[in-house]
Amino acid sequence: MSEIIIETNTSMIDKCVKTQHEYKFKRKKYCKMRLINRLAFLILTTVLPFSLHASNEHKADEDSHDNSTEEEFNATEVIMHHIADAHDWHLFDKTDKETGETKSVSIPLPVILFHEGNIDVFMSSKFSHGHSTVIKGDREYILYHSKIYLAEHGKIVYDNEHLPTNIKPLDFSITKIVASMMVSALLLLLIFIPMARKYKKGNGVPSGMQGFMEPIILFIKDDIAIPNIGEQKYKKFLPYLITVFFFIWFNNMLGLFPTGANVTGNIGLTFTLAFFTMIITNVSGNKNYWKHVFNTPGVPWWLKYPIPLMPFVELVGVIAKPFALMIRLFANITAGHIIVLSLVSLIFIFKTIYIAPVSIAFVLFMDVLELLVAILQAYIFTLLSSLFIGLAVQEHH
Amino acid sequence: MLDLVMPAIGIVFWTTLIFLILLVLLKVFAWKPILNAVKERNDSISEALNSAEKAKEEMSKLQASNEQVLKEARIERDNIVKEARDLKDQMVVDAKALAKVEADKIIESAKNAINNEKRAAINDIKNQIASISVDIAEKLLQKELGDKKGQDELINNLLDKTNIN
Repeated sequence: MSEIIIETNTSMIDKCVKTQHEYKFKRKKYCKMRLINRLAFLILTTVLPFSLHASNEHKADEDSHDNSTEEEFNATEVIMHHIADAHDWHLFDKTDKETGETKSVSIPLPVILFHEGNIDVFMSSKFSHGHSTVIKGDREYILYHSKIYLAEHGKIVYDNEHLPTNIKPLDFSITKIVASMMVSALLLLLIFIPMARKYKKGNGVPSGMQGFMEPIILFIKDDIAIPNIGEQKYKKFLPYLITVFFFIWFNNMLGLFPTGANVTGNIGLTFTLAFFTMIITNVSGNKNYWKHVFNTPGVPWWLKYPIPLMPFVELVGVIAKPFALMIRLFANITAGHIIVLSLVSLIFIFKTIYIAPVSIAFVLFMDVLELLVAILQAYIFTLLSSLFIGLAVQEHH
Repeated sequence: MLDLVMPAIGIVFWTTLIFLILLVLLKVFAWKPILNAVKERNDSISEALNSAEKAKEEMSKLQASNEQVLKEARIERDNIVKEARDLKDQMVVDAKALAKVEADKIIESAKNAINNEKRAAINDIKNQIASISVDIAEKLLQKELGDKKGQDELINNLLDKTNIN
C-alpha cells in the first residue's frame, strides 16, 4: 500500500520536474546573469561542504542495515544511486497492480569486461537488475550496487565491514555516463558541423544556431584565449578550449534532464579533462616555465639548495592546478545534483504531499541556478585551462 | 563514498576516446571553418568600411572641385555678362553718335535743298514779277496812248487782277 502511494508520488514528482525543465528553458533568456552568477558562487561555496559531509554520515549507517526494511525510504541511498554511474539507463519504476511487484524499466547498455586476458561483452539486461549472475566461460559475473564483481559460487562475499571482497574485473562498459557522454558528443557534432557548413555556403550573415553559438565561440576566442595566452600563441590551443567548453556545457545541461546522467559530476570525467589540460600545459611549457619550476627567480638561494624546497613547492603547484580543476567541476555539479535530489526527497522523508509545494519551489530555484552553474563551470574550466596554458607559454617579462 | 571520488578506469578510457575524437572532428569540421569564415567576414567588413571611407573622401574631394568649377563658371558668366553690357552700351553710344552724324547730314542736305528751292522759288518769283512788270509796263504804255483816266483805271484794274501769288 505504501509503495503504491510512493509510486503515485513519484509520477507526480516526475511530472513536476518535467514542467520545471520546460519552464526553465523559457526563463533562461531572462536570467540576469551577473547577479545570479554571484549568488551561484555564494550558495555553492556555502552549501557544498555541508551537503557532502551530511551525505557522508548517512552513507555509513545506510550500509550497515542494507537488507533490513525495504519500505523505509532511504534518501541517501536514492541520492547516491542517482549521482553514481550505472550499467543500465534507468527510466522509471512500474508497479504491477495485482502482484504488487515493482519492476524498473530501463535501457540496457553493453557491458565490456577484461579479466585475465579474456574479453567478455554482453548486455546489462542479462543481470536482470542484479537478480541473476552472468556466466561467460569459467567466469561468473555478478552485479552488486551498480558494480560488477566476479562471483564466488554465485554470491558476493563480505568482509567484516560489510564490503565485498570479490575480485573486480577491468570494467570498460558503456555505462550510463559513457552513453550520455556519447549522446552529448553526437549532439555537438550534429550542431556544429552543419553550422560550419552553413558558413561556407551562406552569404556570411549568421542565422539560426549561428547567431546563438557564434558569440560564444568568439567570446572564448576574444575574452578567454587571447587575453590569457596572448595574441601570437592562442591559435594552437583554441580548438581545445572551445571543445572543452562546449563538451562540459552540453554534458552539464544533459545532466539536468530528468533521468539524465551525472556526467560532469563524475570524477573520472573531470580527472580526464583536467589531465588533458595538465598535459597541454606541461608539453607546451617553454624554457621560462621550467626555469620557474626548477630555479625560481627572485627567491633566496638557500630555498633551492641544498634542500630543493622551492622546486618541490613548484612541482606541487604543477599537480595542484589541474587537481583543483578536477575537484571544482566534480564538486559543483555533484553538489547541485545532491541538493536537487535532497529537496525532492523531503517529500518522501516527511511522507506528506503538503511539503511538495515547498520542495518544488526550492527545486525550481535550484534548477534555474544549476542551469547557470552549467555554463558557469564550463566557463571557469576553460578560463583556468587557458590561464595555466598562458602561464606556461608566456615569454620572459 | 570512496567510489564517488575514485576515477573509474572505464570512464577515464571512454572519456579520453570520446573527447579526442570529438576534438579532432570538431577542430577539422567545425572550429576551423567557423573561425576562418568569421575572420574572412571581419576582414571583408573592415575592407568595406575602409573603401567606404575612401569613397567618402573622394566624394568630398570631387565636391570641392565641383564647387571650384562652379565658382569659376560663375565668375566667367559675370565677366561675359559685364562685357556684353559694356559692348551694348558702347554700341548704343556709337549708334547714337552715328545717328547724330547721319541726322545732321540729312538736316544739312535738307537745309541745302530748302535753300536751293527757296532760291529757285525766289528766282522764279523775281522772273515772274519781272515779266508781270514788263506786262504791266507794256499795258500801261499802250493805255498811255488813251486818256489819262483810262490809264489809271487800267493800271488799277491790272493791279487788282494781278496778285502776287
